[in-house]
Formats: sequence, structure tokens, C-alpha cells
Amino acid sequence: MTIENRDGDSMNTTNVAIEVPVPQSAVEVAPAPHEWRDEDICIEVSDLSLAYGETAALTNISMQVVRQRVTALIGPSGCGKSTLLRCFNRMNDLIDSVRISGRIELNGMEIHAPTVDVAQLRRRVGMVFQRPNPFPKSIYENVAYGVRLQGRIPKSELDDRVEWALKNAALWEEVRDRLNESALGMSGGQQQRLVIARAIAIQPDVLLLDEPASALDPISTSKIEELIHQLKTDYTILIVTHNMQQAARVSDYTGFLYLGNLVEYDTTNIIFTNPTQKQTEDYITGRYG
Amino acid sequence: MATSETTEQDLSIQRQSLRVWWQSGDPWIWLTSAAVAVSVTAVLGLVGLLAVNGLAHFWPSEVIAIKHESYGQQTTILGELSEREFIARRQFLEANPQYAGNVANTVERWLLKTGNRQIDPPDFRWVFTHDVVEQSVPTDVVVLERTEWGNAYGYLTAIKQQGMPLETSDTWAELQSRIARSESIREAIDQLQEDQISSINYEIEAIRLEKRRRQLDGVTDFSDLEANETELQAEYVLVENEVFRLTESLERDSLSLTLADGTETVIPISTVIQAWRPNQMSLRQKVGMYFKNLWNFLTDDPREANTEGGIYPALFGTVLMVLLMSLLVTPFGVVAALYLREYAKQGPFVQLIRIAVNNLAGVPSIVYGVFGLGFFVYLVGGTIDDLFFPEAKPAPTFGTPGLIWASLTLALLTVPVVIVSTEEGLTRISRDVREGSLALGATKAETIFKIVLPMASPSILTGMILAVARAAGEVAPLMLVGVVKLAPTLPIDGNFPYLHLDRKFMHLGFHIYDVGFQSPNVDAARPLVFATALLLVVIIIVLNLTAITLRNRLEARYRASIN
Repeated sequence: MTIENRDGDSMNTTNVAIEVPVPQSAVEVAPAPHEWRDEDICIEVSDLSLAYGETAALTNISMQVVRQRVTALIGPSGCGKSTLLRCFNRMNDLIDSVRISGRIELNGMEIHAPTVDVAQLRRRVGMVFQRPNPFPKSIYENVAYGVRLQGRIPKSELDDRVEWALKNAALWEEVRDRLNESALGMSGGQQQRLVIARAIAIQPDVLLLDEPASALDPISTSKIEELIHQLKTDYTILIVTHNMQQAARVSDYTGFLYLGNLVEYDTTNIIFTNPTQKQTEDYITGRYG
Repeated sequence: MATSETTEQDLSIQRQSLRVWWQSGDPWIWLTSAAVAVSVTAVLGLVGLLAVNGLAHFWPSEVIAIKHESYGQQTTILGELSEREFIARRQFLEANPQYAGNVANTVERWLLKTGNRQIDPPDFRWVFTHDVVEQSVPTDVVVLERTEWGNAYGYLTAIKQQGMPLETSDTWAELQSRIARSESIREAIDQLQEDQISSINYEIEAIRLEKRRRQLDGVTDFSDLEANETELQAEYVLVENEVFRLTESLERDSLSLTLADGTETVIPISTVIQAWRPNQMSLRQKVGMYFKNLWNFLTDDPREANTEGGIYPALFGTVLMVLLMSLLVTPFGVVAALYLREYAKQGPFVQLIRIAVNNLAGVPSIVYGVFGLGFFVYLVGGTIDDLFFPEAKPAPTFGTPGLIWASLTLALLTVPVVIVSTEEGLTRISRDVREGSLALGATKAETIFKIVLPMASPSILTGMILAVARAAGEVAPLMLVGVVKLAPTLPIDGNFPYLHLDRKFMHLGFHIYDVGFQSPNVDAARPLVFATALLLVVIIIVLNLTAITLRNRLEARYRASIN
């Protein structure tokens, strides 16, 4: 296993130790919620409740998501974390029996307003799913798909955009010679990075990652985590994960959900070292979940 | 005591082992493989039977001369042996009570194709082998295939020009060259008739209709049309004269043929299609002629009430009709399935519609034929005539059975199959892929057309394969909505608009029925029935194989993402 060392030049080659790269978030401390300024807020959720038919899935969620940070949502299965994530790009609209109340504002715009075009919203809020879901097309066509939906664009410009997206998804070097081969022939980890490339090709503001590494092997997982680090300089990232180590590694802020309630929401550091709620502590220490 | 105990034990062991055998699953394997074996044998047997019976017809078999004596009378006949049969003595004696001779337990009889129908019908006759006095294979027997009266068998004695016998050293070569000459003249006449006369007629008819249209509109000025018409009529007379001239020169030659009983008959060479001497031909020549006959069967028009000649118009009509049907049924079925699966709110009502669609597939096809006649032909076609072709009335244009109505009726008959298999394909496409597209800002319609439909295309093709398989073999409804025994023109020709959807057409399935059951000459028709049936099966197989290959390609492309 090789972990790319970003400061490779300064490393002493004679003194080789197994070094885990230090996450940037740990170096540069994320501001605590009370230090947030208004312009830092990308998404503001207030009093959000959601029910499938008669079953409540989310109750009175209020939270703020900080721009160009990674926010993790954790919690036991069925706690509503994926449902909450899917609210941000209105994926829940696809389910007939769903009822939503409350507000979600993306950069000050209420996303449930009747004037909002859902397709436009989803272009600004990209999403990556648990299972890699490339289209049965070539690698190139997969990345170009979203771009093409936005209207005709010259071939050279499209080529540049595809290359840019694949580079940003740390996939370009692996696929540059086989852009016209089917995406279905790639490995699971490559497919997931392709899906991320597809999502960032349309240059969204927000990236929603729904357990992006849960179906992948450890090497692919570490690649994806590294990618998340790189991407947060440009995107606001929300990630749902089952894996608490992963949440601790990649995120700046963490929200703990339990039975549809947002129990606690703070910097990742505080949630994992000094949670205020007993439920959070129990979950973190593995007493249930 | 001891023995009975042993037996009981043995039995129980046997029962035990039988149970073990049953539980091992082996009998199940045997049963399933037996079912497959039976199906494969049945299919191969069917195709084999059709092939053996149908394909033998095109072989130039040898001609035998038989001198036979019945009721004290000796006759000589010439013919091809087409069937051997054994009948019981009793049956023979009941049919021939005056028969005096000794009769064996079984009597063999031969069916000979003796031809020469113009002199001595019918052209097939039975001969009992015990009546045969003498049997030989005369080398100089000539067989003539003719445009009328079927084959002629005999010995070539002379070739005549304008009725005068010709002095020639090699009569046979002379005959062949004269047949070639008459063939080329006949082709020239056909050319004139098909190309020029038919297009002149077409234009004259168009002028007639235009006149009538103007009359209906109250216009009485036809001067421009009449000038044109006079021109066309003059042209017509010219072409007609040319045809007369050619026909006259065609009738120049004749040949005289000595028949088996020694009488002489004169046959115009203009009616001879080909002449051959089967008893002198080498195997290679025979093989060559076999394939030539087969080719002619596929590419010629039928003659003699469909019992001779080729089946080209029926072949053409069948394929064209199936293609048109596929073009109509696929979009229609796919769009309906899309609505049912992607847009309609799933519930009892949609479920009810789905059940109704499934049941439509079980409605007897003749019912569709009646519906097609009542709705498409009379109502839709009649309305089209009223609105767009009032000048042609009272002759109907679209208000009569025709190609388009047959295709539409069959499309209706097969649409449930396409809907069901398309729906199946749509359900199989995972939510992951759809959500992936929607999450990129695609609308539902974009997702359906760019992702879902391409991925469902193998299922759509499966539906089309099933539809084609059903439609190509359908006959009953076609008899009501457009198929005829003999169509004078193909639905595609050189006159605008080239594809004539209103024309009636011929169909292999109906051709089989017509030749096999409506023909006066059963013995001549039988091999053609088999050959036509074989061809129909082969066409269905070819159409299906094409679609299956296409589907497998698409499936390979999309396989990994269907889960």
C-alpha cells in the first residue's frame, strides 16, 4: 500500500518510518460554531421535519453547514442521516408518500420554493451514492453526461472539462489512455472516483457523499478519503458515514443523529473527545449502534 | 421364515436406494433433459420434413418410359416417378373388381408425373407395378417447362419456323438457342409492360383523378390535362405497337414433339421456359439445374394459379409486411410501457390495465382480423377516402384491405408482447443509475431517454423478436385485411410514392393455404406447399436471428449495470 506523500521532497529518505499523512483539518483548526460568521454559512436548515406516510423520519432538525468544510453525519442505521442528506438536493421528492416541513436555505435561497427548478438545484448540489453507479457508457461519456445536459458545448471545451474533472478526482493518470472504454470495466474504487468526477464536472457548490466508501476495499477507501481532503478547498462537503474513524479522519464538523433527531452538532474534535450528550458518548464509545 | 425376512430387508434397501436416488436430484436432471431432447427433436424433425419434401421438387429427376397393360390394353407412358406406395390386396380388389390376375398380399403402385396436360389431363397418374410390361430410361427424352399447361414430356422431332420444318444438323442446340431468343423477347415485353405501360397507365389514371377532383370543385377547364393525356395516349399506342411487334416475332418458332404413344404435337417455343434431357445429364449438370430451379422459385412470379413458377411476390410481401409491422409496433409498445412503468401512479387501476394488456395477447387472431376490417379498413380507411380521395370514388383507395391495414392489425396483435417485455426491462434497471442521472441535474425525461431507454433496449428487442415471430406466421387476420391470392403488382415500384401502402399483397402463409387447399392440381401443388412452408420458417428464423444477434450485442454492452 502506498500512501502518496504530499511533502515528499522534504522527507528524509534514510529515515523511513511508516508515516500516516496528517489530515489538514487537524493542522488547521476548524472554528467552533460560536465563531461562525454569517458569510461562512452555506446551508441553513431550520425546523426540518420529514415523514414517510405516517412514519416520522426527521423531527425538527436545525443546523448550519459551513462553506468549504467537510461536515459528517453519523448515527446508527435508520437514524435518518441519509434521509437528511437527500433533503439537500431534494432526492426525497422521488418518493411519493414523503411530506416535508421546515426550511432549507442554500446560500440564502429556500430550496423548496415553488420557483426553484429541481434540476437546477441538483446541478448546484452534487451527490455521490453508496454503491458506485456509473452509466453503461464510456468513461468519457460518464463525465461528459452532466456537462452535456447543460447545453451544447464545443468539443474541445468538453474535453478540457472532462480532463479537469478526472484530474480533480485523482483518476486521470489511471484512465487517460482508455477514456473510450466502458466505465463498467473499472474497479469499484475507480468507479466511485469516476462518479465523483462526474459530480464535480458540472462544478456544483455542494457535494453530498452518501457513505461513499462503504462498498470499497481499504486502499480505495483511503484514496477516496484523500480526495475528500483535496476537494474541500473548492466545495462544501457533506458526508454520511457509518465508519466513525472515517468521520474523525475526514471531517471538520460532525452531527450525530439518533431516531430522527439531531442530538449533537459540533466540531469533530469535540464530538469525538468531549461530547456533551450522553447518547453521543454512548454511540462514540460503541455502546450501541 | 429366513427367506421372507431377507426379502423384506432387500425391499427396504431397495426402497431406501430409490429414495436416495430421488433425493439426489438425478431424476430431475433426466426429466428436464428429456424435455429439451423432445423439443429439439420436434423442431429439427419439422424443419427436416419440410426440407426433404420441399427441396426434392427442384431436382431434375430422370424420366422413365413404362409400357403397361391393364384390362388387356397396352399403353406406353413417359413420366417422372414422384411417389411409391403399397396398398393392401383387399383395397386394390375393391377398387378394381374386374381385375382377373393373381394379386399379392400388398400391391405396389407408382405415381408418375406425365405432364402434357393440354392433351391428356390430369398430369399425374398411378400405375400398378404388376401391370408394367416393360420399363426403360430412354436417353433422348425431352422435358419442357412451359408458361402454361405444365410440363411436356416427349421426343423432339423437329423445329419449325413459321410452320415450316427447319433443316438443321443439331436440333437440340438449335432448340436451346431459339428458347434463349424467345426468353429475351419475353423479357423485353415484360420490361415494356412493367415499366412503360404501367407508368403510362399510372399517369393516365392520375389525370383521370385530377379531372374528377376539378369536377368536384366545380372547375370545368381541363385543357392542360387533356393535352397531356393525348400525349400519353399517343405514347401508349407507340409502346403498345412495339409490344404487338415483339409478340408477333415471339410466335415465329414452334417445335414438334412425339409423345409416348407415338402421336405428334406442336408446341410454340414462345411458351417454353426451359428444355432439358434429364436422362443424359451428368450429376454436375443436374446440381447446377437444381440450384437454378431453386433460385427461380425464389425470384419468379407464380404461374398457373400459383401451382407453378416462383413465390417472389409472396416472399416480398411477407418480409415487407413484417418490417412495417415492427416499425409500427415498437415505438407504440415502448411508449405505452414507458407510461405504465415510469409515469403512471402505480396502483390498482394501473395493475388492471396491465392485466388487460396481458390478456390482449391471448385474443384469437381472427378477432383482430375482424376488428382490423371493421375499424381500420372501413372506418379509418373509409374516412381517409372521404377526406382525401373523393375523386377516386366509388372505387376505394384506403377504404379497402391493403398493406398498411394488415401491418397495423398485426401491430395491434403483437403490441402486448412488446409492452410486457419492455416493462420487464424497465423494472430491471436499478434505482442507483436513475438517481445518478437525476442527481446530475437531469430531468426525468432526460434520464429516461439518455439512460433508461438505452439500457432497456435489449428487452425492447426481445419484445420485437417475439412480435416478429408471432406476426410472420399469422395468416387468419391477414385474409380479412389485405392478403390476396394473386397481387398484380408489388407494393413497391418505380411510380411515386414508390411504397404503395394501399395495395393488396401476397403472403407466404396464405400462399401455403391457397396452393395446398384451393388448388385444383393437388399432386403438383404438394411439393410447393412444403417448399413454401420451409421458406416461411427460414424467413422467421433469419429475422429472429438478426434481432437476437443485435440484442446480444446490446446486452453485452449493458450487462454489468443491470442488477
